[in-house]
Amino acid sequence: MPSVCFYFQVHQPYRLRHYTVFDEDHRYFDTFKNKAICQKVANKCYLPTNKLILDLIKRHDGRFRVAYSITGVLLEQLAEYAPEVMSTFDALARTGCVEFLAETYYHSLSFLYSRSEFQEQIFKHMDTIERLFGQRPKVFRNTELIYNNELAAAIDEMGVFDGIITEGADRILAGRSPNFLYKPPKEGKVKLLLKNYALSDDIAFRFSNRGWSEWPLMSNKFSEWINRVNGNGYVVNLFMDYETFGEHQWEDTGIFDFMRHLPDEIMKHPDNNFKTPTEAIAAYPATDTVNVPALISWADTERDLSAWLGNAMQSNALHELYRMEHNIKKTGDKVILSDWRKLQSSDHFYYMCTKYFSDGDVHKYFNPYDSPYDSYINFMNVMGNLEKRCTDSSRSRQKVTT
Amino acid sequence: MKIFMLGWEFPPFISGGLGTACYGLTKAMSKLGLEITFVLPRTIHTDKLSTHVNMRTPADITTSQIVLDENELKNIKFKTIDSALKPYATAESYRHEIEDMIRAKQKRSSTVTIGAESLDCNAHYAGDMYAEVHRYAASAVKLALQEDFDVIHAHDWMTYPAGIAVAAVTGKPLVIHVHSTEFDRSGENVNQMIYDIERAGMHAANRIIAVSYLTKNIILARYGIDGEKVDVVYNGIERNGNGFNFGKIGINKDEKIVLFLGRITMQKGPEYFLAAAKKVLEVMDNVKFVMAGSGDMMRQTIELAAELGIGSKILFTGFLRGEEVRKVYERADLYVMPSVSEPFGIAPLEALNHDVPVLISKQSGVSEVLTHVLKADFWDVNEIANKIVAVLKYPPLQMTLKEHGNFEVRKLKWEDAAEKCRQIYEQLVSQPVCV
Repeated sequence: MPSVCFYFQVHQPYRLRHYTVFDEDHRYFDTFKNKAICQKVANKCYLPTNKLILDLIKRHDGRFRVAYSITGVLLEQLAEYAPEVMSTFDALARTGCVEFLAETYYHSLSFLYSRSEFQEQIFKHMDTIERLFGQRPKVFRNTELIYNNELAAAIDEMGVFDGIITEGADRILAGRSPNFLYKPPKEGKVKLLLKNYALSDDIAFRFSNRGWSEWPLMSNKFSEWINRVNGNGYVVNLFMDYETFGEHQWEDTGIFDFMRHLPDEIMKHPDNNFKTPTEAIAAYPATDTVNVPALISWADTERDLSAWLGNAMQSNALHELYRMEHNIKKTGDKVILSDWRKLQSSDHFYYMCTKYFSDGDVHKYFNPYDSPYDSYINFMNVMGNLEKRCTDSSRSRQKVTT
Repeated sequence: MKIFMLGWEFPPFISGGLGTACYGLTKAMSKLGLEITFVLPRTIHTDKLSTHVNMRTPADITTSQIVLDENELKNIKFKTIDSALKPYATAESYRHEIEDMIRAKQKRSSTVTIGAESLDCNAHYAGDMYAEVHRYAASAVKLALQEDFDVIHAHDWMTYPAGIAVAAVTGKPLVIHVHSTEFDRSGENVNQMIYDIERAGMHAANRIIAVSYLTKNIILARYGIDGEKVDVVYNGIERNGNGFNFGKIGINKDEKIVLFLGRITMQKGPEYFLAAAKKVLEVMDNVKFVMAGSGDMMRQTIELAAELGIGSKILFTGFLRGEEVRKVYERADLYVMPSVSEPFGIAPLEALNHDVPVLISKQSGVSEVLTHVLKADFWDVNEIANKIVAVLKYPPLQMTLKEHGNFEVRKLKWEDAAEKCRQIYEQLVSQPVCV
């Protein structure tokens, strides 16, 4: 019976340019670098993978189905730097086999700092998705799958969502399987889909690891692992970064071939099928409650917030950023608001992480900085300038009114 | 194993990192059970070598000031060279003396030759330093003949002729320890005599220890040495377990302190420090820049500070030592080392050890081993100033740098450096010497 539910996270932040305390202009973002990365990832991942997924959907007469969560900041960049990718996502949307999820438009950590900002960003994202792809999202995923009971309550109260996607962390499941649907302790409408991190990470992280005992991973082997869930779960949630295909795992690792054959292999078993998150939520009941008082995420082995909030620089930068909210919004200046919001992308704080810095590892991926300290300094310089603009703007507005 | 070690300085007779390094290294070696005879020139001439201006002669220092922990240095014997020894001898006469000794020893099987090329081509240059270096070499040979040892270990160019001579006379393997090269000290304006001595030393050595890959690269590229012969052994740092002693050095409490501590010479980039200070003062006021040290660019640097119009914001303390250094670290908010070329750079480790965050130039060996520090190109004054302002302005940055930096620096131990040296010695004594 198990359904396989694929959801791909598609995101690239607006990276900052080198900005010193002596800079005074308002160009904060590294247009050249962002364009280059966007086009590189488009060519290595977005375009070939979108084509593959579209082929698979057509080949299987709609039985192969997937979901995407594409951030607003990436959609803006794609429209500007790689518009051809937009049309391929549009083609996927038209198949009717692709679901688009809701998240904060700016891939932000706003849930932790400002509920009003959090909601505004979700609605902005939903409006954008509806405008571009003709469907209004029904399932929410928070940035980095950050989640707790409070988030579930906040999303449920919005009244527009059927479900939330988060990490199937061991400590919230306490021995239970991630392959069932769950619900938060507070009575409400939303159901929870939990990532099967073991099977997801087999594809996303271990696929090309030659030191791994299961290497090389073939689609028939993976399908057998899915079949084993039969009778002991409703849905296997395979959630991963879309850049897994072609970027984290290069084409020569065989990742595209793996994906090309996977639907066939999985559907060889008559009980198996593919469902999008909304379909899975409609098809299966929530079997149990998961209580998540403390925040979880999908990051690292800790699956906590330490990658974004692990040191004094990170918490300082975040606090200072959200402290500006009132003044930013008071200016009524759309450019200032947009600049401030682009600074909220979680990536900026991830770059400041000192956890694994000495060892060097995944945190280096597309990290434009040599060190977390450089990243903090740059961020604070930009924020200093933004704050000044904000003050100047309010002052000039006051003059006009008096 | 017994080591015949040739050094030029040892605390408290120090002018920079070399003496500190020799102290830390020998102390750790002693703990490993290595027996070390450390040969020092007793009289240190300071007139001609301006980088040593603040060094004192032994006569200035009473014995009580020499704080050597007997226990920790129990395996180390110190030999100083008699200062009364032929004070008016020329380099030539020392050379003849050494050659005579070699001839006397040539009956032995080894076919060792002294690095004659370096001595010959510089016969016209008989400056004081040169004479001093060769006087030291001659005396070291005499001492060596009275000692029993397995390996010769020579620190920096002043001791290379001695190392070569002792190796020639005794047939023991020679390890040259390169703490700095003439290219680091003088840029492209190298002193040919010193370069030749360095080159001869490196070529005569059985093994070379470089304090960083930066230095190893210079050794390979500039001195024509085979990379196989060169090992990188990073310096260490001793943990200071002492509590803090808050001293006053005439700076207001709410004023921030940015510290430059080192010789004020071309190599250390004092002019970049001042240029950065000027930029910082454009956006911040309550900050003082302390330049602790002396050197041949001192006067020029003071004048430059005045020219830039920031004289009142720059404090020159002269050469500091011991307790004074600790006091200045205690007050510092940031240590800046804008070195143009720094083979290693022990001072940033000391700063971190004193909980002072550091900003170092990318052109330093120590930047190979430190990650929890700020780095900038020495010429990028704008970036240096940008980072100084950030540290002074954002306490969380200073805090995080301190926390992680202090932890990181604990991993750099003299014990590890000493162990690597021991392994090199063992490889050398276990294989037949061929020069």
